[in-house]
Amino acid sequence: MLRRIPLEDTAILSVLGLVLLAGLAILGWGVPVAYVLHGWLIALTAGWGIMWMLNRISEGPAGVPMAYNDKVIRFGVIAALIWGIIGFAVGDILAWQLAIPSLNGDMSWSNFGRLRPVHTSGVIFGFGGNALIATSFYVVQRTSRARLASETLPWLVFWGYNLFLVVAASGYPLGITQSKEYAEPEWYADLLLLVVWVGYLTLYLRTLARRAEPHIYVANWYYLGFIVVIAMLHTVNNLSVPVSIAYPKSYSLFAGTQDAMTQWWYGHNAVGFLLTAGFLGMLYYFLPKAVNRPVYSYRMSIVGFWGITFLYLWAGSHHLHYTALPDWVQYLGMTMSIILLVPSWASVFNGILTINGAWDKVRTDPAVRFMMVAILFYGLSTFEGSFMAIRPVNSLSHYTDWTVGHVHAGALGWVAFITFGAMYKMVPWVWKRDGVYSLKLEAWHFWLALSGTLIYVGAMWNSGITQSLMWQTYDADGAFLYSFLDSVIEMHPYYAARAVGGLLYLIGACIGAYNIYMTVSGPRKTQVQQTGPLSRQPAE
Amino acid sequence: MSTKHQKLERHSLGFAMAILAVASIGGIVEIAPLFTIENTVEEVEGMRPYTPLELAGRDIYVREGCYACHSQMIRTLRSDVERYGHYSLAAESMYDHPFQWGSKRTGPDLARIGGKYSDAWHVAHLEAPRELVEGSVMPGYAFLSQTRLSTGHLPASLKALSRAGVPYTDAQIETAEKDAARQADFEQNYEGELQESYGENVQVRDFDGQPGRLTEMDALVAYLQMLGTLADLDSLNPEESYR
Repeated sequence: MLRRIPLEDTAILSVLGLVLLAGLAILGWGVPVAYVLHGWLIALTAGWGIMWMLNRISEGPAGVPMAYNDKVIRFGVIAALIWGIIGFAVGDILAWQLAIPSLNGDMSWSNFGRLRPVHTSGVIFGFGGNALIATSFYVVQRTSRARLASETLPWLVFWGYNLFLVVAASGYPLGITQSKEYAEPEWYADLLLLVVWVGYLTLYLRTLARRAEPHIYVANWYYLGFIVVIAMLHTVNNLSVPVSIAYPKSYSLFAGTQDAMTQWWYGHNAVGFLLTAGFLGMLYYFLPKAVNRPVYSYRMSIVGFWGITFLYLWAGSHHLHYTALPDWVQYLGMTMSIILLVPSWASVFNGILTINGAWDKVRTDPAVRFMMVAILFYGLSTFEGSFMAIRPVNSLSHYTDWTVGHVHAGALGWVAFITFGAMYKMVPWVWKRDGVYSLKLEAWHFWLALSGTLIYVGAMWNSGITQSLMWQTYDADGAFLYSFLDSVIEMHPYYAARAVGGLLYLIGACIGAYNIYMTVSGPRKTQVQQTGPLSRQPAE
Repeated sequence: MSTKHQKLERHSLGFAMAILAVASIGGIVEIAPLFTIENTVEEVEGMRPYTPLELAGRDIYVREGCYACHSQMIRTLRSDVERYGHYSLAAESMYDHPFQWGSKRTGPDLARIGGKYSDAWHVAHLEAPRELVEGSVMPGYAFLSQTRLSTGHLPASLKALSRAGVPYTDAQIETAEKDAARQADFEQNYEGELQESYGENVQVRDFDGQPGRLTEMDALVAYLQMLGTLADLDSLNPEESYR
């Protein structure tokens, strides 16, 4: 007796089948060992997915519960924490390598150049990406009053995305990389991510389409902006010609100047739409919930959103000041980068003013404190970013540690702070716990993270400006006063301080992970005594 | 504004399309013209596709993530030009798939490193940086000297690059594997052939100091010694290249 298989299941099965074939092709034809291992990994994961799907289908249509789908969110939270700790730890190892170079070990896989993308991909895509996927699933369901539109697609997105991460991060130490900053994964990993991303976008749009609310809530605009624009950036920047199916290597389709502009259009907007738009979505949901106040201004939300969506994509060329990129693009990028401060700070004020009337919570609730400081760091780094985009300032800051400090003010201070703040709220909600295991540990996490960030950023400001001034200092005869090596040696105390700052941040994150683990393994929410007849539960 | 926006907020697909439309403008205005405006890449004599050995070296440079600490882009600033040489031209990276301009100088710029040091210096420095430069924070790359260079994929690599627009001839693609070994031949038997195929500015010798052995060190040093030596900067017409 044949049962009709739903269209969605057929589509997912065919995609998984294609991924399985691709994995088999790689493991069959592949030459380098690391690449063949990736083939196995892809094929096994896809095969496991197919078995899981077939099992589901053979069991027959199961009733879809009348509740929000929170299980995949729990997986996302755990994945984000694991990737976060890996990413922070590798980052701190790299920091120590610069302070004490013998820690490189001088082995191929352990050297700075190969480990650095493990850190950047680990924190940006592993920690940030998983946190965004998890919170976006949470937010879209609550603000639409609808369950995720599919029972299978969320798992495809979660496992597919994490498979991409494992393939990417394990490839770097083994020498598989495109060496395009923040777009290091090779063509086959890029294709995998593209498949996952199409699934994510479809799922998100279909869930929005089921919403019981007439309007789409502002947090979803940002999550949608993040999903749509990352799809565009990822596809265009990773256009490349693979050598053959036998090798992981590919050559980017564009060369030189055009490739540089495309890459920084991508790179700057990975910051703009993954690390900014996505996390603003987080802010616009979790901050009002945490302080129990409405978003301060609807108008400011609109200006902020469309300003960021329009302007960010013009700003990439400020990464290429005084280079062989035509001047007109450089000046255009600089101009737009400065205007970008307006929508960025609109979001900052909207966030800060939302806390008005609940400032006591900043003192009593460490999660709110995390979020409040996140907004401040967001304001600081967007101001700094616009400032550094000005050409004469850039002639001082570019190629130096100042850029590294700027990025980390944003990444540690804004992205990770808002994430931890949101996690401390969301974890008790999705696991149905009374609250976080320990507010004291939460506060410890906060202060360790804050001091780590300040030490890190302070060290990099100092080292960056020192470097730059040393490179540009002449003696009375017009000769350079310092050799390049002098500037390297001068960096030592700052590099050591940075490594200590990073270590504090890592310890804080470990305490946070422990706190969340204890929350999850603690007792479930105490049942509230129902009085009177059972009433219908209002949606959250 | 609010009322119109409230209408948009009721359509999820429309909202997504609006985002895509608004977000694509910047890229269309800033990137697309770079492919059509002719003087984006100025004309300069001497630029040629990389020889198979240089390309293999470049692949190693990419594999090791050297761009994380070294730029290959001398800016038009006095302090850049006086430290590293003539500012980099767009033409100098016209065959770079991908570009390796970099974004950070933990180490110095490498755009014109070619010919500044001897092969032996590069080999010794790559193997143990702090033996030569005290205070350097560079990792050691001794394993390159011990790793035999794999050349099997080079014809396919050249083919892929030619698909991306690098003008390799069919003959060059066909002999890529042989050419790689020949460029590092210590007897320099094939110098004439290689220069005929790729141009006068091909350097042919044993780069890694291990005659008769083709290693990854050969390829990387060949690449480094070529960097910045190709473009004939005297042939540059500053007026025509003003952008």
